[in-house]
Order: sequence, then C-alpha cells, then structure tokens
Amino acid sequence: MNAETIGRNTWVQIHTILLLPEERSSKIPDNTRAVPLESWVHGFLLNDSAHVGDEVEIETAIGRVVSGRLCDSCPGYTHTYGPTLPELAEIGRQLRSLRNALQ
Amino acid sequence: MSSSAGTYEAVMARKGEIIRRAVGIDYSRFESGSIAFDYEGMMASTGYNFDDVRKIQQLYGVGDTPLLELRNITALARRYAPPGKGARIFLKDEAANPSGSFKARRAATSIHHAGELGFTGVITATSGNYGAAVASQAAMHGLDCIVVQECYDSRGIGQPEIMEKARKCEAFGAEVLQLTVGPELFFVFLTLLEETGFFNASLYTPFAVTGIETLGVELTDQMRELTGSPPDAVVVTNAGGGNLTGTARGMCRAGARDTEIIAASVNLVGLNMADDAHFNRKSFTTGHTGFGIPFTTFPDRSDVPRSAARPLRYMDRYVTTRQGEVFYITEALARLEGLERGPAGNTSLAAAFSIAQEMDRSQTIVVQETEYTGAGKHVQPQLAFARENGIEVRIGDPREEVPGTSIVLPEDPAIISAPDLDLKDLRRRYIKHAVTFARERLEQAGTTCRSHSPLQFDKEDIDFLSAETRSSLDTVESMLRETGCRA
Repeated sequence: MNAETIGRNTWVQIHTILLLPEERSSKIPDNTRAVPLESWVHGFLLNDSAHVGDEVEIETAIGRVVSGRLCDSCPGYTHTYGPTLPELAEIGRQLRSLRNALQ
Repeated sequence: MSSSAGTYEAVMARKGEIIRRAVGIDYSRFESGSIAFDYEGMMASTGYNFDDVRKIQQLYGVGDTPLLELRNITALARRYAPPGKGARIFLKDEAANPSGSFKARRAATSIHHAGELGFTGVITATSGNYGAAVASQAAMHGLDCIVVQECYDSRGIGQPEIMEKARKCEAFGAEVLQLTVGPELFFVFLTLLEETGFFNASLYTPFAVTGIETLGVELTDQMRELTGSPPDAVVVTNAGGGNLTGTARGMCRAGARDTEIIAASVNLVGLNMADDAHFNRKSFTTGHTGFGIPFTTFPDRSDVPRSAARPLRYMDRYVTTRQGEVFYITEALARLEGLERGPAGNTSLAAAFSIAQEMDRSQTIVVQETEYTGAGKHVQPQLAFARENGIEVRIGDPREEVPGTSIVLPEDPAIISAPDLDLKDLRRRYIKHAVTFARERLEQAGTTCRSHSPLQFDKEDIDFLSAETRSSLDTVESMLRETGCRA
C-alpha cells in the first residue's frame, strides 16, 4: 500500500466496478462474464486527503462528480513507439532495394 | 433514481426513450411494414442539405484534404502485375483533418446540431478515431464531451493504439471513461446520457453519415481535375459501414456512377470482439471483419434504432487483407512515398495495392483515407504489443497468418493479396438478421407471434430488402423463403 497522502484538487485516476459478473449481460462470452465490468476515469480529488486504495470522489475534466477507488495520482501517458523490431528494419532494407530496382 | 432503476435490465429497457431524447430523431416515423423504413426520408430529415454540411465543415477546418498520387507504390505494383496491368493508385490524405482522420467529417454536423439544439455536451462511445473527432469538434463549439472507450482486458492491459486515442481525447478537454471488454459499454453509455442530458454523437445518425458525403464529392472532383474523370475504383476501409456509405453517396452525388466501390477489412475471423481473452490478441482495433461483417449483415446493431450507415446498399465488392500485409504497406507508404500514417487507415491501401494489379494501366484506383500516427498508434508499438501478448510476429507468407495466433509480414510485396468475400452469402446473412429483427420487434410490440410462426412481409418490406441487398425482388423472396418466411 502506497502511504503517500494525496491532497484535494490533485489530478488522480479512480477505478470503479460497474457490474459484478452476476449482473452482466447473459449474451456475452463466458470469459467476459466471469469477470466484472470495470472503469477508470481521471479527475480532481474532492476529498481533503486520501491514499491509494481509498474510496474517494473526484470531479472529472467536464465537472462530473464520480466516486471510486483511488488508484493513481498525477497519472501519465506511458505509451511509446515501442522497442525496435528487427523485422521492420529488414523490411526497410528490402523496400530500398526494390525502389532502386524500379529506377 | 432508485438503485433498481439503474440495473442493466432496467436501463436497457429504457433505451428507446433515452436515445430518442439524446439524438432528437423519432425513428418510428420512418418505419412501416414488418421491417421497412424510409431510409432516404430519414437521410433528408436532418434539416441540413449538402451545401449546409459543407459550409459547417469548412467553418471548422474539416475536409478539403489533399489527394495524392502514389507514384512509387504504383510502380511497385506494376512490377508484379501482368503486362498492361497496374492501375494508378491515389490516396485521399484524411489525416490532414483537425483530429487526424476522416472522422472529423462525421463529427462536424453532429456537434454543430447538438449546439443548435441547445445541448451543453456530447457523448460518444468509441475506442477509435471518432472519439478524438468528437472531442476536437466539441472543443471548437465550446461543448463538454465524454468519450466512453472499451479499453482494457480484465488484467487491466490495453492496446497502445487505444491508449493514444484516450490521450488525444483528453488533450481536447474530454472526459474519457475507460472500460473493460464487453458490450455492456452500451449500458454505461445510456446511463451517462440519462445522467448528463447530453447529445448522443452517434457514428450512425444521418448527421454523421451525411458528413462523409463531402469526402466522396471531393475525391471525385479532385480526380476529375487530376485525370479528367472520376476514378475507376475506390477502396474504403470498412467497419461500421458509415465510411463506405457516406463516400459512395457523395460520389454518386458528384456523378461518379460507374466507379466500383470496394470495401476492405482486416481479416480477424475467429476472434470474438466481446471475448475478454481475445481482446488483446488482435492488432487492429477497427477496420476489421469483427465489425465489418456484423455491421454489413445487420446495420441496425448500432447505438441508434436505425443506422444511417448501410454499406450493403453501396458495395460492389468486399475484400479482406491480413494484419501483416497492412503493417507492411504502412512501412512502404513511409519509405516509398514519404508519408508516415497510422496502420489502421492503410487497410484499404493494402487492398488497393493488390487490386491495382488486376486493373489496366490506364485505370485509376483511389484509397479514400489515411489516419494520423503517433506513439502507440504506429506499426512498431502495435507489433511489439502483439509479441508481448504471445502473438507470433514473423516475416513469411501472410496467407499463413492466423488471427489471434500470428502476424505474418510478407517476405515479398508480390504476395500481398485481397481475397474477396462472397457478397451473395453476406446478402443471405443480411436477410436472416432482418427476419430476426422483424420478429423481435413484433414480440416487443406485444403482438401475438409464436417464434416459429412465419412472418408476413408486404410489398414495402420486399422493396426495402431489395434496396438494402441490391437484389431483385425475386431474389429477396427466394432468400426469405429460405428462412421460412412468407413473402
């Protein structure tokens, strides 16, 4: 458990279980029905202070108030261009030689 | 609201009234017979004619994108084509739209209309480029925006492409609600519409689909200017069917009545889009058969009662490509043409590369979209993610690719192909779905109808099904008889 105290108005992420497995649609694959329907959303913490794992309220980017379990403070974007794939470098070399053959 | 009013069943039971209020269209006024509805009447009911739509788009920087000739990719295709074959390939660079894809066209009229009606915000349910388009247009109009995304599997793992789209929506000031896998996303969407009173910026309203007609008109006019005539063929990446429907309608409006309209989807056959275990085993989140085939054979499965996207009415041909081929052609577009674009938008380019080789050298083929690229939404992170999730990624023969198991990048572009789906089979499947739909409607209306009793279809229904499937009246009647219905 992260002991860091997170203050009011901090930009955070919360997690909510929207439907338990038994509340889900009957018309979905077994793999999906075996697990809950969950959601994540970002917003400003409305509680005076909280810790990761606490039930909190937030105000989203458009001012909606949503409650859920605090899971992150100042969440960032971590997607990248990924590690190099040698196959793509190989394709690049092939395309260059094809281009030279066309000229 | 009491808690029982918020259950899945209770909310779904109110979906008709929620949608009617959130779209401002009473769909029942267009309906007749057991299945028929007045499609053109619905399309004309928006209160915006084509010139209005174009003006709105121009006011908000949407459309008027460049059409580029892909000379080097054409030369490469001709290398593998039989003598005299190898059509000129052109590309409509839709990534030049404000939100980075053609979806800005789809959002423009919807968001304008929401503002005119006095809505203070809009909601859309999408993991694709449409979210960014709605968020961008909402920002321009000073409206709030919520985007509901299907984003993660039950391990909390999401594809880098979807992560990037979430980032872009938030960059435009939208609230992004990220969900785990499951069609109950629609339930969440309805709950939010009720809670906020926002406008449903659906992909499938007449506003949205009319917005794409400008793309068809522009590309026809641009081809006339560049080559003297409309293209001989246009290839459209097909998922929900709106891109194809709007483009084809626009081309028809511009007088391009002889152009072959070709749908293309990435082949993900065998993967179930609603299955938690399959969710991260695909490397395309849209433009694939998992949406393309269900929406072609039953367009009214969308978030509005009657979809304005009805691709079977317009397609002359429907081909598939493989994930590895689309990734390869994305690399080729960057390396040979100097255009770095997102992979999903290049589905139709992979198909066009193969189809051009069947066509005469004097002919032309247009790939009608590109999409933006960036971190996450790019060949490298998408393939790396696939590999991390146990998908075999290798160079070889793409015909050996098994969706969900392998991605095979072609060892030679000569083997890129675009196999045809059987349109007759898709039409039969459409009729089967239509019969089920009509039966469910009867049952919902409380009409006595045992599930095995034959449904009656009158002349209006048969005419409608004939237009929907581009089949003769006799063919429709015979397909209906196959399902056990009286025509």
